[in-house]
Amino acid sequence: MTTKLPQSQLPEEEILRVAEQEQEEKSQYQRHIYVCMGAACLAAGSATVKDSLSEVVDQNGFAGRCAVHGGGCRGLCAEGPTVTIEPDDVLYGKITPQDAPDIIKNLGKKRPLERLHRPTDRPFFLRQQRIVLELAGKVNSERIEDYIASGGYKSLLKAVHEMSPVEVINEITRSGLRGRGGAGYSTGLKWRTVAKADGHPKYVICNGDEGDPGAFMDRSVMDDYPFRLLEGITIAAYAVGAEQGYVYIRAEYPLSVRRVQNAIRQAQRLNLLGNQIAGTAFNFDVQVRVGAGAFVCGEETALIASIEGKRGQPRPRPPYPATAGLWGKPTLINNVETFANIPAIIRNGADWFASIGTEKSKGTKVFALTGNINHSGLIEVPMGITLREIIYDIGGGIPNGKRFKAAQTGGPSGGCIPEEHLDISMDYESLAGIGSIMGSGGLIVMDEDSCMVNVAKYFMEFCMTESCGKCIPCRVGTAQIYRILDNTTRGTATLSDLEQLEMLCDMVRHTSLCGLGQAAPNPVLSTLRFFRDEYLMHIVEKRCPAGVCHLHPEPALYNDTKESVR
Amino acid sequence: MKATLALPSDDKRWRMVNATMRRHGYSSSALIEALHTVQQAFGYLDETALQYVAKSLRVPLSRVYGVATFYNHFMMKPGGTHTCVVCLGTACYIKGSPQILETLEKRLAIRKGQTTPDGKLSLMVAHCVGMCWLAPVVMLDDDVQAEATPAQAATKIQEWVSK
Repeated sequence: MTTKLPQSQLPEEEILRVAEQEQEEKSQYQRHIYVCMGAACLAAGSATVKDSLSEVVDQNGFAGRCAVHGGGCRGLCAEGPTVTIEPDDVLYGKITPQDAPDIIKNLGKKRPLERLHRPTDRPFFLRQQRIVLELAGKVNSERIEDYIASGGYKSLLKAVHEMSPVEVINEITRSGLRGRGGAGYSTGLKWRTVAKADGHPKYVICNGDEGDPGAFMDRSVMDDYPFRLLEGITIAAYAVGAEQGYVYIRAEYPLSVRRVQNAIRQAQRLNLLGNQIAGTAFNFDVQVRVGAGAFVCGEETALIASIEGKRGQPRPRPPYPATAGLWGKPTLINNVETFANIPAIIRNGADWFASIGTEKSKGTKVFALTGNINHSGLIEVPMGITLREIIYDIGGGIPNGKRFKAAQTGGPSGGCIPEEHLDISMDYESLAGIGSIMGSGGLIVMDEDSCMVNVAKYFMEFCMTESCGKCIPCRVGTAQIYRILDNTTRGTATLSDLEQLEMLCDMVRHTSLCGLGQAAPNPVLSTLRFFRDEYLMHIVEKRCPAGVCHLHPEPALYNDTKESVR
Repeated sequence: MKATLALPSDDKRWRMVNATMRRHGYSSSALIEALHTVQQAFGYLDETALQYVAKSLRVPLSRVYGVATFYNHFMMKPGGTHTCVVCLGTACYIKGSPQILETLEKRLAIRKGQTTPDGKLSLMVAHCVGMCWLAPVVMLDDDVQAEATPAQAATKIQEWVSK
């Protein structure tokens, strides 16, 4: 492109003007009411709550003093729909449209409405440290102006105006940020490899194919902070020299698809995407690609195949996507949460980010805390926090006076952490040390009523159905492991089966083509390691200590696995 | 410029499919996007659709069929008027969703992934609908049934299908 904008400084001034205008507009109102428009609260009816709040505001003559906005997630998903009132920082939960008049009448009073109030000075909030989710629901996910007024896009402007691509990469490397998809590869190193790779054009891909059951961190980022995600992706593109980006979102997240598409259009309108971004020579654009329900597409080479319009099957690495990815060109693939960390690092500096967390795992991690726990929801904690703090301080412990049995991290690729390791530090190395993984952030708490053999069987069934079928160890191995686990829960397994199970796990782990197969035995191996006695009780005593499995001593005529094996 | 292929019929929905492919310059990488549009417009993928997309994008029919059957999201048969999704995410699983599925399969006399003979209801499973704090979750079209028991879910479905 040779056409030049009339004044090259104009776009940046334009953005500052947008921010000022928005702030001025906001300052006219004394109160701002943010109704959570995240997927969880929407399902609980937050859209009608927002409508009734707006209606009441208009009817009672508050229109000039109070504004109602759609906002983002505060993490208390189990309390939805939630409403935040600024500047008082009052949080209400479980709101119905009928509560709207009371809420509006109570505005400006000293004490919040007791029956709906959810105090934010509880450990659930105090023990968290928010970077990715720092906007904490107080920004409209559908208006770029609101994001800019909250300090958004300053990092991108800083990067393209004041820093060279190499400086951006150095900053990210120094920050110690590691991939938040689960594997934990250094983000700075990955960026450097792509930047140095020969080939043109280069691509940036954002992996939003969050497939682990029990994980919804990336959905929240895409739903609530799509502009921040785009800002992170654009900074990455500037650093590695890419001109085209893709956000790959799974088909199960239609709201995320709409929000990100909307964000792209608005960013294009303000010239924060497109040609000559913010008056510089940097051109970059983003498209959304919608997945079609294949867990394996979370693997980077499978994801690339899917964007190319093919079956989502992985291929051997090397060559890594950093040198030969989409259409054979150098491609940077990072997870949603990784990109969402970038603007904060550029704005506050690498040293600030590196001061949070442990020696090798810097920054924070977002977890989806679910299962047998009192406060389910989305939390962001500094790396190195103990599992005990997460479960008992933030999560409020196990309900109904039951005992903690295990916490599962990393979904079908992770493992179960038993009670004796409750004081483990949540960082990449410590988790790997006890046979689990950090994973993308699903954290499922199980109480004494859960059968660990049954849990292992559950994850193996998942891997078996989701195996793409390309390599034999994964395609056949997962089915065979499932068969043995199924027999164990039916009471027809023998001790030699247990031996074979361990052999199979070892084989699948070391010979599978991609991460899905290599990690598939993890749930089995980790439960075998910490709950071997439960396996033995199923096999020898023919009983399930948790009372979950129905064991029949007589052998089953056939195993019902055929239907699931494709 | 490639000449646009004649639409399979007068049905206006084919124009939507063609528009998607045109937006991507009839490139073979538009295959999944095109199939998404077909499914959105028609509810499922039939042979006519697969052939039309294959010819328009100049992709072998075998590859189109391969992609359509590889991804769980694409349906090769029409679904029921209503869809019941039993969540089999981890949180739902440990709180008893397999029992719900078993009960529903027995009551409806169909297996997961199938549709009742009268075409009224499809019984599907999902690996996590992302509402783990409501576990176990059963979704009836867009309605969420939280903390369902097998009996509750079955009664609810009975009510809802007879509506």
